[in-house]
Amino acid sequence: MWATSPRLRATVLRVAQSIPVVIGVVIISFLLTRALPGDPAVYFAGVAADTESIEQTRIAMGLDKPLLQQFFLYVGNLLQGDLGQSLSSGRSVAADLAKRLPASLELTLSALILAIVIAVPLGVLAATRPGTWVDHLCRVVVTAGVSLPTFFTGILLIYIFYYLLGIAPSPLGRLDFIYLDPDHVTGFYLIDAALMGDWETWVGAAKQLILPATTLALFTLAPIARMTRAAMLTALSSDFIRTARAAGLSSRTVLYRYAFRNALLPVVTTLGMVFSFALGANVLVEKVFAWPGIGSYAVEALVVSDYAAVQGFVLAMALLFVALNLVIDLLYTAIDPRIGFSSK
Amino acid sequence: MSVMLSVTDLAVAFQTRRGQVDAVRGITFEVSKGEILGIVGESGSGKSVTSYALMRILDAGGTIKAGEATYSGIDLRRSTERDMRDIRGREISMIFQNPRAALNPIRKVGHQIEDVLRHHARATRYDAYAKAIAALEAVKINDAEARYNAYPFELSGGMCQRIVCAIALACDPRLLIADEPTTGLDITTQKAVMDLVRDLIRERGMSSILITHDLGLAAQYCDRILVMKDGMIVEQGDPVQIFSNPQHPYSRKLVDATPRAGESVRSLLPPEDRGTELVPDVSDTPLLEVRNLVKTYAGKSGPVHAVKDISFTINQGQCVGLVGESGCGKSTTSEILVRLMDATSGKIIFDGDDIANVPATGFAKDARRADIQMVFQDATDSLNPRHTSRQTIAEPLRRLGKMRGAKLTARIEELATLVGLPLSLLDRFPHQLSGGQKARVGIARAVALEPKFLILDEPTAALDVSIQAVVLNLLVDLRAKLGLSYLFVSHDLHVVRLLCDHVIVMKDGQIVEQGAAQDVMANPQSDYTKTLLAAAPKPPERRQIT
Amino acid sequence: MTEIPDTPAAKTQGNFDHILYVLRANPVTLIAFGMFAMLIFSAIFGPALVPYDPLATNAQNALQPPSWDHWFGTDNVGRDVFSRVIVATRLDLSISVAAVALSFVVGSILGCIAGYWGGWLDIILNRFLDTIMAFPLFVLAMGIVAALGNTIENIIYATAVINMPFYARLVRAEVNIRRDAGFARAAKLAGNSDVRVLAFHIFPNALPPMMVQVSLNLGWAILNAAGLSFIGLGVSPPTAEWGIMVAEGANFIVSGEWWLAVFPGLWLMLAVFTFNLLGDGLRDIVDPRKRT
Repeated sequence: MWATSPRLRATVLRVAQSIPVVIGVVIISFLLTRALPGDPAVYFAGVAADTESIEQTRIAMGLDKPLLQQFFLYVGNLLQGDLGQSLSSGRSVAADLAKRLPASLELTLSALILAIVIAVPLGVLAATRPGTWVDHLCRVVVTAGVSLPTFFTGILLIYIFYYLLGIAPSPLGRLDFIYLDPDHVTGFYLIDAALMGDWETWVGAAKQLILPATTLALFTLAPIARMTRAAMLTALSSDFIRTARAAGLSSRTVLYRYAFRNALLPVVTTLGMVFSFALGANVLVEKVFAWPGIGSYAVEALVVSDYAAVQGFVLAMALLFVALNLVIDLLYTAIDPRIGFSSK
Repeated sequence: MSVMLSVTDLAVAFQTRRGQVDAVRGITFEVSKGEILGIVGESGSGKSVTSYALMRILDAGGTIKAGEATYSGIDLRRSTERDMRDIRGREISMIFQNPRAALNPIRKVGHQIEDVLRHHARATRYDAYAKAIAALEAVKINDAEARYNAYPFELSGGMCQRIVCAIALACDPRLLIADEPTTGLDITTQKAVMDLVRDLIRERGMSSILITHDLGLAAQYCDRILVMKDGMIVEQGDPVQIFSNPQHPYSRKLVDATPRAGESVRSLLPPEDRGTELVPDVSDTPLLEVRNLVKTYAGKSGPVHAVKDISFTINQGQCVGLVGESGCGKSTTSEILVRLMDATSGKIIFDGDDIANVPATGFAKDARRADIQMVFQDATDSLNPRHTSRQTIAEPLRRLGKMRGAKLTARIEELATLVGLPLSLLDRFPHQLSGGQKARVGIARAVALEPKFLILDEPTAALDVSIQAVVLNLLVDLRAKLGLSYLFVSHDLHVVRLLCDHVIVMKDGQIVEQGAAQDVMANPQSDYTKTLLAAAPKPPERRQIT
Repeated sequence: MTEIPDTPAAKTQGNFDHILYVLRANPVTLIAFGMFAMLIFSAIFGPALVPYDPLATNAQNALQPPSWDHWFGTDNVGRDVFSRVIVATRLDLSISVAAVALSFVVGSILGCIAGYWGGWLDIILNRFLDTIMAFPLFVLAMGIVAALGNTIENIIYATAVINMPFYARLVRAEVNIRRDAGFARAAKLAGNSDVRVLAFHIFPNALPPMMVQVSLNLGWAILNAAGLSFIGLGVSPPTAEWGIMVAEGANFIVSGEWWLAVFPGLWLMLAVFTFNLLGDGLRDIVDPRKRT
């Protein structure tokens, strides 16, 4: 597959396209750090800073130099992994983010998997059985889903399942204090606990994960279900489906091998957009459920005006997202044989 | 001959938002073993719906209301879906128009053939590959093994149609239904596909139903023809008989409207609509001279030479035909001549001035903009969906003619009457108009400013044949009345012969032959022109009626 | 393709008749417009008509559940929740309308230019949009508001910036499809310059699909503004705004005083829901093909 020249060319082109975007992201991040009202050095020097250390920070950041030079200093720092120091934790922002990233990823990935597992079959069923209750359910889910404020649904779920029904644990983070954190392998509690064979901790972690993952999943369900349904409808009304039916192929073959695979393509493209929403909504869900991920890190940092941490978070999220989109686009290139060719 | 398919009083209806629509209203016919039956009709006649009903692949909302359909003793109407799936592909197969869209775009064509073979238990996992190659070779595809691995987007239209045929014939069906299989294909490709289908049918002793709007095509390839209109069969018979002695007024109208050699434009119309033929005033003064026109543009894999040094002249009052297949450069040429695109080099001398000097982006302001206008191919695309007919026709009058108010209204109504558009239709939107009505709006817009030169880019390609007859006559009359000169771009040789004084044949960006229409058609010099003429369907001779 | 029979001239509808027809044909659209009208009414007349001053505190009356006196109960400092919810409508709607209007105008202009003329302009615009879209939307809004300051204007600008790429991309695609359409070429033949063809012929045809996007965006913009307020950006207490009310009320939900958070949240949902339903109706009004 990769030996075919136009395909390879398209792939390389796509990777190359990311480069100006990464540069743009870095520039915007840089501008954001310099756009702070007042003296940026004060923010980056730290809480306990006195006039002298502020001055040192100013020199270290190069704030006395022309803007372009500052930019190169900034990029130099970035390449060394230096995102500045956090005011509140006292550690480097990069270290803080690295420590908290697995929590966010575990939450977002569980939510996305949950959303896909529900939304894709729902969309397919709604497309193949138009006018039935499944179709109406899908439409309700989609319309309601895009209207739901994530923070509000989280709060509602806590109220219903924790306060009223008492079946959910209290929303205080990843693991109730009676359990010990599993040994760190991936940082994903579910995986680490399973690797240790510690099923009690596994259940404890899962119980904490359910409500926040559900909240986030509800939010992402809607665009996935809508796109799946629309893509299936388009695929099912295509001419080639008519050919397949006229050749007598069974409806299962027609549905899966012919219609569904074709419908997957636009769905994969949507996943990129959905991930963007999810990463954003992540921030809100983490705050509501006190989830110790990078989202709540940023929110806490905001409250105490810890701007190095906030900007580090923004940059990290953006780069993560660029990488993710690249993976999705490359996946698309692998699935769709038409990429790289101009159609005749 | 034994009867393969027997249809009695078949009626098909659709449930739409506006109530029930009867698409087929009780038709009766038979197909014998080894026979090719043609079903001919214009849009809305119900010809395609009939075949979909027989195969039971009607869209949701369509049902067989009444009647019987029996295939080799099997009741098609009452069979279960499971039995029908068995029959489809194995006993009765179908091929459709637009072959590339009919194939799964992300699946190798070889695999698509295998799917059908394995579904009907004609091949196992182990011999499916060999049988798929055999199916490809049966449709005369050379290099079958390379083609097996191809995706539809890599193949030409003609090749895709062969693949579609391979899929349809893979399981050796006894009856093949071909629904407009050549629409959208070039004339030479059309002939190749039709010849292939006919040869395969004869070889295997199959029967076939050919559904088409082209009476000439049906006459050439079918043993018997049914003519359908508004869901009913108006006449049945063999082609020669239908052409020489059509019984029903509608079939007579269709026969008249089918362009043939040796007729005049007026003879396309039914006798009662003919009226006097107007004679245009053709002079010897050149109106437009094209000299050494070249157009090259950068494509994805190197430069594309769309037009390679062509020269020709159009005299005042003349109608010149520009003929060629897709990719020959005729569309590019017309875009350049109408100044929507710039040439790479060459002169376009219009009324003494070289208008190639004025760049396309600035030509809208040029004084000569109103003198050169165009009638577009697809009327649906060429009318702004947000504008009523009145607004569409008004646009050039407002912008270039600077007309307003009462004068504008009067002129619009004058134009509508000139092109035969009822005044009540002026306030309708394009989606509320029929194909013929939209064509008239496009023509009214083009002649609004009384141009000297009109380029007609396949203006009747998307129209039913009887509407085409009317529009062609309208164009001929307008040319005489308004003293226009035409460049008539088309792929339909018969139409060009009827309308044009002079014809230019293009291939691969070059002019291979040009001359007086009668001479080139009767006595072609170049091999390519000969191929084109040979490929055009030849309807049987008509007995001349007074 | 059926031929339309030669019926006598159907009375063609004027604009107002068409709007009524769309409303009658689809009951969902009618409901949506009704709800929309109610929201607009609350926004314009709400502050004048509410029973209590949204900022008036009354410590003795704090944390009262919903009753006849206080339909939505009172909050932790005794303010009437109902009055605050209604008054907040004006603020939230203004933010979202302003943001969407800004992104619509800027996005349309950029999209038109890129879609029509293509070439380098298109490439640069695409990279620029990619860069904006590289930031997860909410995160970028956080970054902008954090950097530029905690004011309502900045929320509007931030929301406008993150919504703009959607319009630009949509307009670019719609303009690109129609750039070589017959009617665009015909408009040039009629003597229109490129800019006129783009502005008066091509762009109006892109409006119907954009209407759906506009209504969706109005909903998103409200969600964004509320979300930003929820984490402390944008409005500050004691301003009445749905997001900040949910944030303040969240603290009380674990102790059972649900009305502080639930009512503002429900109202927020209602507003967003209305805009989403409105989309299809707006598109039908603007699309001439829906006229019979």
